[in-house]
Order: sequence, then C-alpha cells, then structure tokens
Amino acid sequence: MSGAEVLSPLPDLGGPAQPLLEIRNLVKHFPIKGGMLGRRVATVHAVDGVSFEVAKGETLGIVGESGCGKSTTARLLIRLIDPDSGEVRFDGQSVGSDITVGELRRGVQMVFQDSFASLNPRLTIEDSIAFGPRVRGVASGEAVSRAHELLCQVGLDPAQFARRYPHELSGGQRQRVNIARALALAPRLLILDEPVSALDKSVEAQVLNLLVDLKRDLGLTYIFVSHDLNVVQYISDRVLVMYLGRVAEIGPVEAIYTDARHPYTRALLSAMPSMDPDRRTQEAPIAGDPPNPINPPSGCLFHTRCPYAEEVCKRSAPALAAATFSPAGERHRAACHMEIPGSGHSKARG
Amino acid sequence: MIALAAAAPPVVVASPGYWTQVGKRLLRDKVTVACGILLLIIILAAIFAPYLGLADPYRASIIRRLRPIGTPGYLLGTDEQGRDMLARLVYGGRLSLFVGLLPVFNAFVLGSLLGIAAGFIGGKVNSVIMRTTDVFHAFPSVLLAIAISGALGAGILNSIVSLTIVFVSPIARIAESVTTQVRSLDFVEAARASGASSWTIIRIHILNNVLGPIFVYSTSLISVSMILGAGLSFLGLGTKPPEPEWGLMLNTLRTAIYVQPWIAALPGAMIFMVSIGFNLMSDGLRSAMDVRR
Repeated sequence: MSGAEVLSPLPDLGGPAQPLLEIRNLVKHFPIKGGMLGRRVATVHAVDGVSFEVAKGETLGIVGESGCGKSTTARLLIRLIDPDSGEVRFDGQSVGSDITVGELRRGVQMVFQDSFASLNPRLTIEDSIAFGPRVRGVASGEAVSRAHELLCQVGLDPAQFARRYPHELSGGQRQRVNIARALALAPRLLILDEPVSALDKSVEAQVLNLLVDLKRDLGLTYIFVSHDLNVVQYISDRVLVMYLGRVAEIGPVEAIYTDARHPYTRALLSAMPSMDPDRRTQEAPIAGDPPNPINPPSGCLFHTRCPYAEEVCKRSAPALAAATFSPAGERHRAACHMEIPGSGHSKARG
Repeated sequence: MIALAAAAPPVVVASPGYWTQVGKRLLRDKVTVACGILLLIIILAAIFAPYLGLADPYRASIIRRLRPIGTPGYLLGTDEQGRDMLARLVYGGRLSLFVGLLPVFNAFVLGSLLGIAAGFIGGKVNSVIMRTTDVFHAFPSVLLAIAISGALGAGILNSIVSLTIVFVSPIARIAESVTTQVRSLDFVEAARASGASSWTIIRIHILNNVLGPIFVYSTSLISVSMILGAGLSFLGLGTKPPEPEWGLMLNTLRTAIYVQPWIAALPGAMIFMVSIGFNLMSDGLRSAMDVRR
C-alpha cells in the first residue's frame, strides 16, 4: 500500500442512500468467572441485541446512564471487543466476510474519553499522531508531515506542539491531539466516546465546535457517545437512547427532545435542567438505580422503574416499534408497549 | 512591561527527551549523586585493582597475623593469615559486585520477558507463568538460594544461577502487574484501533512504559543479591578460600572477632556501604523517573 493511498479516505461504495454503518442484532455478554476452575458463574448482559444504522454524513448521538452499554457498543463497532453475535456492515460490506477488521479500522477510528490515558506518555505528539500511518507502511517523513498538517487542522501550531510530550499539554489540547490521531488514517466514520466529558465547559465548547468544523470540512460521519444530554442535543442529527444494553428509543433529535415516547427517555430529559421556565417538566422523576445487568429483569427492562408499568411489561419485551403518532413517523421508534397497538397495555395506542 | 510583552519571538519548542529530564532531576538529588560517586569509586577500584599498587591479596604470613588498623604498611591491618586487608577488600569487591550485579541482570532479562508476556497475553498463559513464579515466591529468598545452591553444589557459578532463579519471580511479578496496567490504557487500544500488530504495540507502546519501573525495582534487588551472595559464601556455598570475597572474609574473620573486632567488621562494612548505596540510588532513580501528570 503506498503512502498516498493510506492517507486518502476510502472511496464511497454504495452512494448516499446506503447507510455508512449498519448494525444488526449486536450482542456482547461478559462472563463472570469464579471459583478454582474459573467456571462461568454469571453473565453481564452488556449489549443485548442492538440494531441501528448510521447514514452517511450524519451524527448519531448515543445516550444513557453509566453502565448501559454505550461504551461497550462503541468498542464493539471498531472491534476492540469481539461481539458474541451480530453483524456490522460498513458501507454495505459485512465485517468479517467482505472486509477484514483491519480494513474496517481504515474507515472507522475512535476518540476516547480520557485524553491523558489515550496518549503514550513517552511519545511526542507528532510520533503519537504519525504512529497509525507508519504502521500502515507510510514513510516516516511523510507520516510526520501528515501529523503536522493534522495538528494545524485541529488548531494546534505544529512548531510549538509537535515535539512536546502529553503531560505538557492541557486537557483540551490533548483531546485535540487525540482527534488528530484518529484522523491520521483518513477515516470516514469517527466514534467519539465521551470526547468532551472530562473537559471544562469553555474548553468543551471549543472542542465541540472543532468537531463540527472537521465534520463539515472532511465530510465525516460521527457516532457521538455521551451522557450529557445538552451536548448530544447540540451536536446530533439523530439520537439513540440506550437502557441496560438495549435500544429504548431512536429518532431524529427534535423528535426525541420534544416528543419522546419512551418513559425512560422522558425521565432522562426531565432530569435535564430547563433554561425556559415555561417548559418545566411535569414528568415524575426517575427513581432508584438501574437494575443489575447481571440479572436483568424479565420483559421490558425498564418496568422496575417505570411509572406506567403494567402486567404485560413484566411478561414480554416490547419490540422497537414505530412511534405511530410522532411527526417523524417511521424514523422515530420506541421500545415501549404503549407505542404498540394491541399490546395489552391499557395506554396502548390503538 | 510593554517591551517584555512585545519581545516574545515565535519560539520553536522542542521539549527535552524523557531521559534528559530524568538525568537532570537525578543530578539535583544530592543523596543519589553522593551514592553514585561512592559506588563508582568502589566499582572502579575493584576493576582496576591490579594497577593500584596494592599488596598481593593472597600472600599470607604467619608472623604478621591480625595486625591492627593503621599499622605502617598495612593501612587496614591484616587478616587471620597475615594477608593485607586493604588489598583483600579491594580485590574482594570484584567477586562480591559480580555476585551482586550479574544475577540481578539475568533475572531482569528473564523476569521482564516472562512478566511482560504474561501481562500482555493474559488468560491461560498468564496463569501458567504467574502461578509457576508464585511457587518460587512462596519460599523465603534466603532459604531458596541456599536450597538451590546446596542442590547444585558449591561454587561461584552455581550461586549466581541460584540467585538468578530467586530473583526471577519477584521481577516477573512486577513486570506482569505494570504490563497489565499499561495494556489496559486507552493508548494501547488506540494503537490496536489504528491496525498495529501486537509486536509493534509491545515495542513502541508497552516496553517504553514498563521497562523503567522494572529497572528501578531491579536495582533495589542488587543489595539483596550482594547480601545473599555474601551469605552463601559465608555458609561455604559460594566462593571458596583463599579467594577474597566479602562474605567469605566475614566468615573466616569470625574467629578473630574477640582479638581484632574492627578488622572482623570491615568486610561487613563494605557490604553495608555498597548495598545502602544501591538502595538509595534506586530510590533516587524512582523519584526522578516519575513522570509529572
């Protein structure tokens, strides 16, 4: 592979209508081993049958409480963890059969939450950024000039920063370096795992704006994992709400934020302080902790905390159904019996 | 004030390398520098002993036995066979330092290999390697060294082998724990995500970050190794007479402890100085290598 090939983005295969990433029924259970022989004593249902699509050029926000499987999903997508089952298709090509994991990682890169832990403390900034291209066979000098180019793109002066070490940079600067490193292989999809959660509010805004600019300039697609609902609202085109390893609700950002259908989403949003006194929430605050993913509840996973839970919710798990009366129509789906006509729930839409 | 603000030229900042910074911090640490100089003098004296114009460390004389410290011609007196103590102490440093350094170096190489492999591969490989080293770790180090030396037979090479075996397990444990820690950091994940092979990741990302702590820990073992080596010689499992070696000298001078206690204590004082020196050095190294967060 020549240098120029590695440093230019992969070609678009399926055209704009083809989703960039399709996830089908992704499952990851972590065994908990115990005893002398390391028997499997329990299983953590970290990600339990998640399906979604990411269109080319959009930003999909993934939100949920800590421990709901957001980060595991992010790591599964780039195969830092191997899924138990499920299919990942990148631009129509199935990972594992049509393309290898190595080829997937040419098109998908990741930015981690902890800006310090994600940079090798013994490498200079330019070496950290140039590492990816180098291992892909780009000549050393070319990789370094590429690193300098990327530093400029993320707003850091190469003359000042290229030869520095991570501990000499501030958190915001380090996160810019991480973004530059993720861009070094010219990916088409960037998975951002809580990229601004550890930053000060003012720095957070700068980095978010940088991400928006980069997306526009480079034609990127983002998956933005966060627990910060304000940030997700600002940056996302669509939002996916996760609860205990499953999709609770997915839809366009305005539909989720103004017309949420899942009681869990509504509870999450009502926990977000409103800036507008006329839009105070009437929703009952959510009570208790999320159930243990080792022994998830039967039926709908949310029924233990849901104010509308009925008998049917304990019995059967609701499918991700189209939120029938939402203006967003088919694109807005919620996994709630109240959205499924004839589900047996007294508030079910008919 | 205005001039100050205006006169800031665009500076190209190339940060000094990590090891340059460590060196600078080491030089600022007075205790470490003093220990370094002391050790350097002892090591150089041992290496260049034949050129220092010392007396023959093997030449015994019945009539000059156990002369006190300060006797003309015998600066540090003579031992129980009338041999010059100063010469024997300087020459003795050769074997004693050899026994102190070589097993630790061997164990550093072997232990790092085992520990890094165990930490990086994890799973079953980790269990096999770590449980095996645990078996060795379960014995007190003195007992283990004596047992292995006893089984292999007396002799300097055998005592080096036995000390190496003793030190592999603690070094492997440190290497494993540091590697496990580093391996789970995000920059290793990021390197995997960029498509690097395991070997490249170990070379660029793991070794860089684990060898320092393992090295520091190993230097703290040098003093233990010297004391154990001296102990083995003392018990007759290491060096054989008439070779000058501090542990052995301590043993043979034992009989003279009521006649010339100061002379009998001299080899012990050497062992003490050198081992304290290495320990303080390794402490200094540890704090100098601490990367500021």
